[in-house]
Amino acid sequence: MRRLFLISVPYLWLLALFVVPFLIVLKISLSDTALAIPPYMPTLGFSEGWAGIKQFFADLDFENFVFLTEDDLYWKAYLSSLQIAAISTLLTLLVGYPVAYGMAMAPDEWRPTLMMLVILPFWTSFLIRVYSWIGILSQEGFLNQFLLWTGLISEPLMILNTKIAVYIGIIYTYLPFMILPIYAALEKLDGSLLEAAEDLGCSRLSAFWLVTIPLSKSGIIAGSFLVFIPALGEFVIPSLLGGSGTLMIGKVLWEEFFSNRDWPVASAVAVVLLLILIIPIILFQRNEQKEREKDQ
Amino acid sequence: MRRFTWFNATALTLGFAFLYLPMLILVIYSFNASKLVTVWAGFSTKWYGELINNDAFLDAAWVTVQVGVVSSTFATVLGTMAAYVLVRVGRFPGRTLFSGMIYAPLVMPEVITGLSLLLLFIGIGLDRGIFTIILAHTTFSMCYVSVVVSSRLVSFDKSLEEAALDLGCSPFTAFRLVTLPIIAPAVISGWLLAFTLSLDDLVIASFTAGPSATTLPIKIFSAVRLGVSPEINALSTIMIGIVAVGVITASIVSKRAAVKQQQDEQAAARAT
Repeated sequence: MRRLFLISVPYLWLLALFVVPFLIVLKISLSDTALAIPPYMPTLGFSEGWAGIKQFFADLDFENFVFLTEDDLYWKAYLSSLQIAAISTLLTLLVGYPVAYGMAMAPDEWRPTLMMLVILPFWTSFLIRVYSWIGILSQEGFLNQFLLWTGLISEPLMILNTKIAVYIGIIYTYLPFMILPIYAALEKLDGSLLEAAEDLGCSRLSAFWLVTIPLSKSGIIAGSFLVFIPALGEFVIPSLLGGSGTLMIGKVLWEEFFSNRDWPVASAVAVVLLLILIIPIILFQRNEQKEREKDQ
Repeated sequence: MRRFTWFNATALTLGFAFLYLPMLILVIYSFNASKLVTVWAGFSTKWYGELINNDAFLDAAWVTVQVGVVSSTFATVLGTMAAYVLVRVGRFPGRTLFSGMIYAPLVMPEVITGLSLLLLFIGIGLDRGIFTIILAHTTFSMCYVSVVVSSRLVSFDKSLEEAALDLGCSPFTAFRLVTLPIIAPAVISGWLLAFTLSLDDLVIASFTAGPSATTLPIKIFSAVRLGVSPEINALSTIMIGIVAVGVITASIVSKRAAVKQQQDEQAAARAT
């Protein structure tokens, strides 16, 4: 009895507020736009009995999904999201790996402090961290002032409202997600393996390349997915830093819903985004599973 | 064999400079007398004064705190229950779906979570306001809580619970007297995580908030879309300050608690 209560409360909560809402999105993505409240049809009416339910299913179709393939805004937005997410994941790896490596090499007594320094930004408001870059990257911002002062450039660069600003925003906000798993992998690394490699005539660089990198592979994979997956559906960063020229699917969905009030198309955009995300999510889960089995 | 080289030191310095410099600039320029945010014109705290007199921000902050406290408390209760089910209760029908529902919201893009909850609320005719934001925040943060708590449940010695049951405790009393005190640090950090996530959330709150309730992130977002403003810098500084004090205090407290707990557990293990 008690067991049933314990299971059913969180179970029913998640069914009602996670699974059911998603089924509604799926259903609305198959409906048609209508000038009504709510702005789509058909709506499920039980008053007509079985015939009404049959009619309801007959009225559902894939029209919105066809529409997504016809209007090139959408597939351009998906492609550009994939590209932005992939490039920024790679850049985050390039920035994060040396930091994680430095942490793993640091003296033991530094580590708790270094860990806290990496985690602290994660507790700080995401919105504020993205916002802090507007003042740095704008035309009269600090970066341009600095570069003009050093004489490297003679005219302010246009960085804000470009893809570069979006890359910087993603690297900045997701860096801790990349550093932590890589650090966790590097920390477990057995130093004697590197010694052995060097004794056998490896240079330090090739020992790093042949021993350290492969042994931290699981951390690299985990970190990359932890950056790539949320970056793909990102909304705040492209809308604050990317300007109107940067196309990302999270922003398109938002505008489709709030500005165009086209709920069926917004829902279809959401369903396709989720289908795209399933592949990296499954790969990520597999990597985690493999790690857990290795630990046991 | 570990060698801390110049290369490592440089990487750490540059990495942390990159992480902290933007926030540092924000904090410094919140004390700027000029309205022009990138030109320094002397020290002033006037933006803090204006912030205190800005009712719209204060109202939004109050809504945010209410939503945060209530939703993270619900999320902690539900998340702890879910963690207990995942770790301690063996097989039951629908277990796979259950763990799927716990992990899926963690990787779900916020725009999709927000959209789907909004469509649900409209579908069942629920008026949007503080209550709907609380429901939405509870749902996604309970999953984070249950991940944090279940990692602690996995690592602790189950025989302590069994000993309590053998000595005649009811399962609930055993949970209250043995399990809960041991997992308490994880439950507390789960609550803090849920609270921070709730304070921080813009996207899901924008979808689920009605005209009657505006949270601070929604307010900040609509203000910063127009560009940098010294008032937002002041607000950000206050928020960064609260987080820094909170995290540092929490890490000191939890370090002490962890040491004490280890001693207690060892003592208990010796006694049995």
